[in-house]
This record gives sequence, C-alpha cells and structure tokens, in this order.
Amino acid sequence: MAYKIKASDCTACGACEAECPNNAISFKKGAYAINADLCTECKGQFSSPQCASVCPADCCVPA
Amino acid sequence: MANVISLDSILGVGELKAPAEAPPAAASGCASSSCGSSDGPADMAPEVWEKVKNHPCYSEEAHHYFARMHVAVAPACNIQCNYCNRKYDCSNESRPGVVSEKLTPDQALRKIMAVAKEIPQLSVIGIAGPGDSLAAGGKNTFKTFEMLAKKAPDLKLCLSTNGLALPDHVDTIANYNIDHVTITINMVDPEVGQHIYPWIFHDHKRWTGLDAAKILHERQMLGLEMLTSRGILVKVNSVMIPGINDEHLMDVNKAVKSRGAFLHNIMPLISDPAHGTHFGLTGQRGPTAQELKVLQDQCEGGAKLMRHCRQCRADAVGLLGEDRGSEFTIDQIEAMGEVEYDQEAARTYREHVEGERAGRHAAKAAAQADVAETIGTDVQPILIAVATKGGERINEHFGHAKEFQIYEVGPKGAKFVGHRRVDQYCEGGSGDEDALGGVLSAINDCTAVFVAKIGGCPSQNLKDAGIEPVDRFAFEYIEESALTYFKDYAERLGQGAINAREGQDAVIRTGAFTALRA
Repeated sequence: MAYKIKASDCTACGACEAECPNNAISFKKGAYAINADLCTECKGQFSSPQCASVCPADCCVPA
Repeated sequence: MANVISLDSILGVGELKAPAEAPPAAASGCASSSCGSSDGPADMAPEVWEKVKNHPCYSEEAHHYFARMHVAVAPACNIQCNYCNRKYDCSNESRPGVVSEKLTPDQALRKIMAVAKEIPQLSVIGIAGPGDSLAAGGKNTFKTFEMLAKKAPDLKLCLSTNGLALPDHVDTIANYNIDHVTITINMVDPEVGQHIYPWIFHDHKRWTGLDAAKILHERQMLGLEMLTSRGILVKVNSVMIPGINDEHLMDVNKAVKSRGAFLHNIMPLISDPAHGTHFGLTGQRGPTAQELKVLQDQCEGGAKLMRHCRQCRADAVGLLGEDRGSEFTIDQIEAMGEVEYDQEAARTYREHVEGERAGRHAAKAAAQADVAETIGTDVQPILIAVATKGGERINEHFGHAKEFQIYEVGPKGAKFVGHRRVDQYCEGGSGDEDALGGVLSAINDCTAVFVAKIGGCPSQNLKDAGIEPVDRFAFEYIEESALTYFKDYAERLGQGAINAREGQDAVIRTGAFTALRA
C-alpha cells in the first residue's frame, strides 16, 4: 500500500513533496523518493493520491 | 568580463551626449501620451510612474535602460498548459518555462548579489518559475524575497503566476512589498479555456475539461481584483493561439481592463514539435508578425498594451533582448566567493538615466512637432527595424544584431511596436547566408532597417528585397532618427521617387538560437 516515483520521468520539481499529507516524500541524491513506510496512498485523507494528482510528469505510480 | 555593458557603451559611443535642450518644466501642455517630463507620462498617475519607471517589463521606456533577472526557485506547477512541457530543458532555448539550473533560495540570493555587482542596470528581481511561483505554497518564492528585501531593499520584486493559487497569497504579496504581479490569462470563457488547459490541481484534486477551465478562470479574476484593489500593479500576459483564442483575446483585454489591470501583454504562441508540447505535437501554429500586430492594434484603447516582451526564460539575466544567464551559473557564483551588495554603482546609473530621460522627452516632442507640421496626415505610417543594444540609440551593427526593434512611424509620431528575434548574421567576421534569409523574413514588413554599420553584401540583399538599409543615423536616438527619415520618405513618396511598401508580413522566429551552437 504505497506509491513510488519513477525516477527516470521525474523532473524534480517538488510539487509532490509540497502536497504529501504524510511528509513521506523527500529529495535524496538528486531525485525525489517516497518513503513506503509513511505512504498511505492518501486513503481516508483525500479522494486520490495527492502526489499522482499534482505530478506534471505522471511519474507517481503504485509501487 | 569583456561582455559587461559599460555605462558609456549602453548610452552611446563613448561620450555622453548632453540633452539637446532644457527639459520642459512640467508634463502639461503635451498632447502625446508618450510624452512628458521625468515626472512621467501625462496619462499616468505619479505614484504609478514611480513604480514602473525603472522596471523594464512594465515600462517600454525603461526597457531601453534597465535590466531584469529571473531566479528559477519555483520549479513546481499546479496546472498543465498545452503550450508547455515541463520535462524539457534546453540551454539554447529562449522562452518561458525553460531554465538551465534550478536554484534554492540561498543560491538565488548569492546569484542576485553576483549579478548586481556586474550589472548596475539591474533594477528588478522576478520569480517566474520555471513552474508557477505560487505553487507548492509559494514557499521558495517568499523565502527568496524575504532574504532579498533585507539584503538589497532597493531592488524591485515581482512575480509571475497562472493565478490559480493567487487568491490565497495576496496578503503575503502585499506584506512583502511585491508591487508588480504578472498573471497569465489566456481566456475569460471556460469553453475556450478547455482547449488550452488539460488539467489543473486545485483543492487537493485534479480537475479536467470545462470544470478545470471554470475554476481557473474564477480564481484568476478573483486574484486580479484582489491585487488591484490593494494598489498592486498587475500585468496580464496572454498567449495568442490562432484558431483557439486569437479573437477571444479582445474580450480578455476588456475583462482585465475593467478589473484594473495595468498592462496587457499579448505574446505569440511558441510552438515546435521539438519542444514536446501538446500544441507542438499537434502542429498548432503560432501567429505571424502581422497577425500579432493587428490583434494588438485592435486592442488599443482597452487595457494598455505591452509590446516589448521578449518571452524570456525563467532564469534570464540582463536587459530585455539579451540573456547573460550563462555567465552566472552556480559553479561560477560559488567561485566568486562572498559578494557584498553595493548600491552605489546602481544609484549612479539610475541618476544618470533620470538626467538622460529629461532631455529625451524634450527632443522627441520637438521632432514630432516638426513632422506634424510639415507632413499631411494622409501619408501611411511605415515600420522601421532598428539594430540597438539599448539606450534608445541605433548602436548595433547589422551583422551583430540578435533582434531588431520595430518602430512604427507616421504623421502622428514614432512608437515602439515590437521586436523580432533573428540569428546573428555575422559570426567570427563572415556572413551567414542562411541567417540573412532569416533576418529578411523577420523584418519583411519593414520599409527600412536602421543600423550603426552594415557590410556591402547584406546591404545589397536588403535593397533587392525592398528594404532600405540606413546607416546615416549611426549612434543617434531612434525616435528622432525615425521621424527625420519619415519626413524624407514622405517627400520622396510625394515626388514619386519611391513606392509605398504595403501588404507584407513577417515570420516570428521561435526556435533555438543558432548563435549559441558554437
């Protein structure tokens, strides 16, 4: 039950980090990454995973 | 730093020319809207003039003298536009949304200090992306402005946004003394908007189609009204997309004027399959130079139009029309060490421009009165292309020009109406025939081209194409020279010595700069 970021498509814009309600996304070694332990897929929080909804490159996907 | 423009070189030929005559005591008594003393144009309130007079993007006059700098601290965006592809970066491209390096607020501050030291013309720091300056809570944008206001309080702050998040941040914008905001508004009808915006992210949800366009439109209008009611100057940018919103932009002009927008900037769509944008891939074309000018002319009388926009990158540095960003990369700035902010050079420069301005207004008014007296109103205005590197003078060689400024001159006077980017014709001492063809198509609707100098070969090619190359006004002021030329032109026309050049169009150059390939 977590999302991941396809690093090859990521533009490192950081939009996902700002929207994540669980602080599960951080910038590490030149790319953004989702901490699967913290990710809830926004279930019970929002109608859709926030990272995937805001990502301009559509690179936030189910792990 | 051989490329640095010295105060002398930007103002002319080494020596500063004294104003031709004393400036008028006040702006009153002058009929022209572009005329006035250094108190500002007659049709502008003094407090507004004070805000815009040194801002190259908000004042056409200031753009000849002052430089701007965009710091790319805001990569995140909250909407998708069909003319933008955020996956694409190219150092040779000059268009919005493109940067070479993203900066943290700390890096941005260091870069600003380094640039301010090298370029005393710098008057404005803007945040224009490369995403949206107010997306992701506007965190980096406001952090940068907060640090900058402490370190360099004399620099003007401005930001650019699509408007979606704007209503949430108007108080913060006012608190940081950001008195210039640009909103990109391409439609005031969601039916039109749905063809420009595939989706937006708002209120924790991705919206598409009509819903998306409706929300965006409402937020843009609300944000615009909130800003203008607080006295913050708002420029509205619109991208002209033929067949989608071209005629509709006249409605946009009316709508933003009624809500207090200060300036309306209609820009041509930049579209190329190589950019990977939706419009690039579907073959949506941009407008021609004359299509753009006709639309801009039709909007005259509504919200005041801006015609000197260069659609610069989100990390551009320098005078409009030039980009010195590559001189100030993160690596180069790190190598400079700690740079202290020095207000002195900038202050000296600004004082000089003030003096220059006073003389300029008087000289322009005199030249205009002379033409109005001697030429009847039945002579059609003409377009003149000008090679300049700033200071309102004809001070660039034909072969070195990377753009030409376009002036319309007629019985009513001379005014700046646009610019045309070109590839440099002359590189390393020899002419490039491909580039020359590009220049000819870029200024094909002009009657003459004013240059500081031009070689025999391109000169002949221009004549063959029906465009008169003119170097007799080298290093003189543009508007007075244009009026003198027009007087002579009208006489020759009257004698039947020449024919008017009518019905020509020109191509808007949008690809990468070949001059940077080397």
